[in-house]
Amino acid sequence: MTYKTDLPVMLPMKRREAEPFLSLKMWYILPIALLAILGPNLVVAQSTPESQSPIAVLLNWAPLLLKGFIFNLVISVSAMALGTFVGAILGLGQISLFAPTRHSSWFVTQFFRNAPWLVLLFFAMFLLPFEINLFGFKIPFPDWFKAILGLSLPVMANVSEIVRGAVRSLPSGQWEAAESLAYTRLQTLWLIILPQCVKRMLPPWMNLYSILTMATVLASIVGVNEVMTLTGQALASEGGRPDLLAPFYGFVLLLFFIYCYPIAKFTVWLETKYAVIS
Amino acid sequence: MSWTPADPMVSLKNVHKSFGDLKVLNGVSLDVMKGDVICIIGPSGSGKSTLIRCVNALNDIQQGSILVEGQEVNDPKLDKLELRKKVGMVFQQYNLFPHKTALQNVMMAPIRVLKQDKAQAEETARGLIKKVRLEGKENAYPGELSGGQQQRVAIARSLAMRPDVILFDEVTAALDPETVGEVLQTIKDLAEDGMTCILVTHEMAFAREVADHIYFTDRGVIVEHGPPETFFQNAQDPRTKEFLSQIL
Repeated sequence: MTYKTDLPVMLPMKRREAEPFLSLKMWYILPIALLAILGPNLVVAQSTPESQSPIAVLLNWAPLLLKGFIFNLVISVSAMALGTFVGAILGLGQISLFAPTRHSSWFVTQFFRNAPWLVLLFFAMFLLPFEINLFGFKIPFPDWFKAILGLSLPVMANVSEIVRGAVRSLPSGQWEAAESLAYTRLQTLWLIILPQCVKRMLPPWMNLYSILTMATVLASIVGVNEVMTLTGQALASEGGRPDLLAPFYGFVLLLFFIYCYPIAKFTVWLETKYAVIS
Repeated sequence: MSWTPADPMVSLKNVHKSFGDLKVLNGVSLDVMKGDVICIIGPSGSGKSTLIRCVNALNDIQQGSILVEGQEVNDPKLDKLELRKKVGMVFQQYNLFPHKTALQNVMMAPIRVLKQDKAQAEETARGLIKKVRLEGKENAYPGELSGGQQQRVAIARSLAMRPDVILFDEVTAALDPETVGEVLQTIKDLAEDGMTCILVTHEMAFAREVADHIYFTDRGVIVEHGPPETFFQNAQDPRTKEFLSQIL
């Protein structure tokens, strides 16, 4: 049955999508990157004949850049794994019944959550030794390893908050029901609370991973041989041709886009899916 | 001094409880014998729910004594887990674990807490689900069940722990009117089986039918109590009379 009405509450509900800023959509980066890569070729046709076209130069370097990019991904996955592991423990520390654990976990979380990522990276780079002596063995601490440690610090703090928030978001009735059935606190957390939290934690956790992946290029500032560092070196060894800048950095943009965009899409999908259920 | 079944199963003496400055319980005393069904009624905010939540130590009290089978609940050294194995509880909002099926909800605590054999616990759980008349719903998740069905699973879940007494905290208050009956029937079955029950309820007709004893609370004290016939027909206190005249 339908009514003719102008009352807003009587109208069928329609979900309003948020308008992106200036109607810019994320995938617009695709043509922009392609334009950046291909555009300069049109210009080069009129310039000196002996130099290679930018696209040809880029293709020469592409395998190396790709390797660098894979290194970025290795750093991101490692930092995420480490940060998630420590962050989960820290997050559980934040809901501990033992006040000193709770307060110190809270402090560590807040400290690293409110610090610029680059500063934390520098912190790890320059305060950690390049090798450590352990029972006479020299264990080297390469730069990339320090970068992983440095980037895992903010991840840790953010995961800690994600865990704390998810646990807090469950209705208190779940805790009370478990308590009244004589579950221990550890059992309650492990069997009842955390399994329900995983769904809630997944979208923000993946979001964090996306951000981390894009932040791995910060490691170029401290000299790790990741994609940005290699791009810089490639450009330098080509004699700093200005017409190469746009194609090379466009290529790097494209790599990150191809990797991160599906993650972002999937996160949004998960968010809508779980928002309806819970 | 050890407890014998001739002593009250649950015994409250002069219980005081406040949340900050708000006094919720102001010297409550009551005794519940084994096999008794008692109903606590009274206006909202009179401390009924707090009262029964104190019995299984979900809330602590500031003063007085609560004995459950002779064990003092108001004791910092209390083993809460042991207490809660004896005292079951059913909540207004059911509080089933949404990520577990009805059967898992019922058999999880016996396996994990009482360390029962899995096959045996499952058999018991299936029997209890049958008892609350939910055969065929064993593998349904709470989200797929109606409120009344969820509440019956919650009752089965509590029964699976073989408690000596069960607390019912306004268990029909969140239900659709048409499903209230099925839950009350389940509680009635329990009462007839001799289960000791303490109910906080607004269902007067039900209280009258199943209760052995009715307590009326107002502003944190028990104003009046008695067997249902005398209580409903011959209330003495003006506060009780006023409450009953509003609700009946």
